[in-house]
Amino acid sequence: MSTTLPRPETTERPNYLNVDYSWKSWLFTTDHKRIALLYLFSITAFFLVGAVFAGLMRLNLLFPDGLFEHDTYNKFFTMHGVIMVFFFLVPSIPATLGNFLLPIMIGARDLAFPRINLLSWYIYIAGGLFAVLAILKGGVDTGWTFYAPFSTTYSNTHVILAAIGVFVSGFSSILTGLNFIVTVHKMRAPGMTWSRLPLFVWAHYATSLIQVLGTPVVAITIVLLMLERILHAGIFDPNLGGDPVLFQHLFWFYSHPAVYIMILPGMGVVSEIIACYSRKGIFGYGFVAFSSVAIAVLGFMVWGHHLFVAGQSMYASMVFSFISFLVAVPSAIKVFNWTATMYKGSITFDTPMLYALGFIGLFTIGGLTGLFLATMAIDVHLTDTYFVIAHFHYVMVGGMVLAFLGGVHFWFPKMTGRLYPEMWARLAAAIIFVGFNLTFFPQFILGYLGMPRRYATYAQEFQVLHVLSTAGASILGVGYLLPLIYLSWAWRKGERSSQNPWQAKGLEWEQSPTPPPTFNFDVPPVVTERPYNYSEEVEVGGY
Amino acid sequence: MADTDLSVASHASTALKHHFDDSEQQLESSTLGMWVFLLTEIMFFGGMFGAYTVYRNLYPAAFASTSHYMNVTLGATNTAVLIFSSLTMALAVRSAQLGQKRALLSFLTFTLILGLVFLSIKYVEYHEKWVDHHIPGPGFHYAEPQYFHQAQILFFLYFAMTGLHALHMIVRAGLLITLIAMAARNRFSAGWYTPVEMIGLYWHFVDIVWIFLFPLLYLIGRTMR
Repeated sequence: MSTTLPRPETTERPNYLNVDYSWKSWLFTTDHKRIALLYLFSITAFFLVGAVFAGLMRLNLLFPDGLFEHDTYNKFFTMHGVIMVFFFLVPSIPATLGNFLLPIMIGARDLAFPRINLLSWYIYIAGGLFAVLAILKGGVDTGWTFYAPFSTTYSNTHVILAAIGVFVSGFSSILTGLNFIVTVHKMRAPGMTWSRLPLFVWAHYATSLIQVLGTPVVAITIVLLMLERILHAGIFDPNLGGDPVLFQHLFWFYSHPAVYIMILPGMGVVSEIIACYSRKGIFGYGFVAFSSVAIAVLGFMVWGHHLFVAGQSMYASMVFSFISFLVAVPSAIKVFNWTATMYKGSITFDTPMLYALGFIGLFTIGGLTGLFLATMAIDVHLTDTYFVIAHFHYVMVGGMVLAFLGGVHFWFPKMTGRLYPEMWARLAAAIIFVGFNLTFFPQFILGYLGMPRRYATYAQEFQVLHVLSTAGASILGVGYLLPLIYLSWAWRKGERSSQNPWQAKGLEWEQSPTPPPTFNFDVPPVVTERPYNYSEEVEVGGY
Repeated sequence: MADTDLSVASHASTALKHHFDDSEQQLESSTLGMWVFLLTEIMFFGGMFGAYTVYRNLYPAAFASTSHYMNVTLGATNTAVLIFSSLTMALAVRSAQLGQKRALLSFLTFTLILGLVFLSIKYVEYHEKWVDHHIPGPGFHYAEPQYFHQAQILFFLYFAMTGLHALHMIVRAGLLITLIAMAARNRFSAGWYTPVEMIGLYWHFVDIVWIFLFPLLYLIGRTMR
C-alpha cells in the first residue's frame, strides 16, 4: 500500500528504542512498550518450544503403532498444552500488543502501574523457568488439565514443578489485567469517552476482568493440588472420601473463562484490522463493544460443559448447556458485524486483512463446532475425541494465532518504525491458512469417527487422516518460520515507515509518532471524533 | 534510561509519577488498583471456601466433630486481637490524614505488634495440632475412627485456609514494617499518604478473611445439635 504522506524525519528522532541501547535499559525499563517487546520475545520462544512438542506428537501419530514410548508421548502432549496455554496463548496478545498499544490508544503516557507491569514480566519468566525445569528434568504426563487423582497420586512425573510454573505465571496474568482495568478507567485522554474507546481496548478490558476474577481460583486450585500431592490427605481422592470432580469444577471455573482470555484480545485486533482495510467505521460499534463484556460475563457460567460425562448432575448439565449456547450470541454478533462492516467497504487484501479474514472464517467454524459440544447428547459421543481437539484449535490457532500474527503485522511499523515485505507476508499468510486447515480439518473427521484424544496409538483405518494432519502440520511449521525470518530481517533492514503507513484511524497512528517516543506523544492528545471515523463524518451529538 | 531517570527525579521532588496528570488521578488509580487487587484476593480465598462448602455439605457430622479439637479460646483471642488491630490501623490512617507523624508511628507499631501476637498464638495452635497428630498426611490420627478420612479432609482445609491466611499476615507485617520505616523518614504528609491508606485496606481485608474462618472452622460443631 503506497502512501502519499511526505517522508517524515523518523531517522534521528528520539524514540523508545533508540533512547538507550544498554541491556540494563531493557531489563529495568518501566516503559510499557519495551516491556511489550520483552514479552514478545519471551512468548515467541515459548511458542517455538510448544510447537516442537506439537511436531513430535504429529510425528508419533504418522504410524498406527506410534514411534515413541507411550509415556513419552503423554509427556509430549502435556508439555505442548501447558506451554501453549499458559505461556503462549494467555499472554500472547494482551501482554504484547495490548501492553504496547492500550496506553497509546487511550492517550496515556504509560500504564497506571509501570513498575507492576515490569514485575509481571519477571513473574512470567520465573514461572516459565519452572516449566522449563520440569521439561529438562523429564517432563509431566498429566495433560495440561492436571486432573486429580492421577496428578496427585499416580503420576510419577514432575507435576509439582510444572504446577508451580503455572501457579507463578498466573500472577503475571493477574497483574497485567489489574493494570489494564485501572488504566482504562483512570488514564484516558481528554475526549476519550467510553463510547470512543477502540474495540481493541474494549476487548482487553473484558479480558482483564476474566484475568482478575478467574486466575486466582486456578491458583488456589493448584495450591490444593500440590498440597494433596505432598500430603495425600485425600481431598481429591475418592478412595479417601475426597471428590475428584471438585477439582474439575475448580479447574474449569478458571480454565473455561481462560479460553476467552485467549480469544477476546484476538477479536479486538480483528475489529481494528477490518475497519482499517475496509475504510469504514465498525458496523454496530456498541454491540461489538458490549459483546466482549457479555462473553466475559457469560464465560464464567459455562464451565460445567466440560463435566457432562464426569458425573455432574443432569440438571446442572442442562443449565450449563443452555448458557453455553448463549455464548454463541455475542460471538455471532461480532462475526455478523465484521461482515457488515466489510459490506460496500473499499477492501484491500493486505497481509493483516488476510489474517483477519482467515480469523473470521476459522473462528466461525471453531465456534459452531463448539455448539455441537455444548449439546449434551452429542457431547457424550464427542467427549475426549479429536473433535474436541479440532474445535479448540480452530478457535485458538485459527482464531487467536491468526489474530496475533495479523496484529503483529498491522502494528509492526508502529513498533519498529519499519515496513515488512508485503509479498513474503502474504505468502506466509496463505501457507499458514492452508497448513492449518490441512492439520486440523481431518481431526474433526477423526473425532467424529471415534478417535480418542491423547492416545499414542490408533486403529489402522485412521492412518490416512493422521498422515494428512501431520502433512498439514509441517506446512504450518514452514508458515510460522517465514514471519519469524522476514520480520527479524525487516526489523533491521526493512523500508522505513511513515507515521501512519496504512492511513489508519486511532490515536496510535494519528497522534503518536512512529516509533513512539518514551512517553508516547509529543503533544498531549485530545480526542475530538468517534472511533473508526474513516468516512470523516463530523459527530453530531453522540450516537 | 531516560524513562526511569525521569520517574526517579520526579519521585524525589514530589510524589507524583511522570505518567499521571495530577495527584488526584494518581490517588484514584492507586485506590482502584487496590480494590481490584482485593477482588482477586476474594477469588483466591473463594476457591477454598468453595471446597469447604462442598465437603461441609457432604460430611456435616464429621466436620462438626472436628470443631471439638479446635482451641476455641485461642481462636477467639486471635479474633479479638485482629479486630483490635483493625481499629489501630484505622487510627493510623486517620493520623496520616491529619499529618500527625508521632501518632502515625505509634499506631502503626501497635498494629504490627498485634499482628505478631496473632502469629505467635497461631504458632501455639499449630504446635498443638502437631502434638495431637492432626496434621494431615501419613501421621494423621483421629479419635473417632468412623470420621478418620473425612476429618483429615477438614484438617487439610483448616491448614490450607489458615496457612494461607497466616502467609498473608506475614506479608502484611512486612508491608507494615516498610510503612513504619517510611513514616520515620517523614515520607508522608497530610497531602500524600497513599501507601498508608492502601496497606490499611489490605490489612482490613486480611482481618475480614479471619472473621469468616473463625466460625467456619472453630464454632461449626457448636451450632449443631
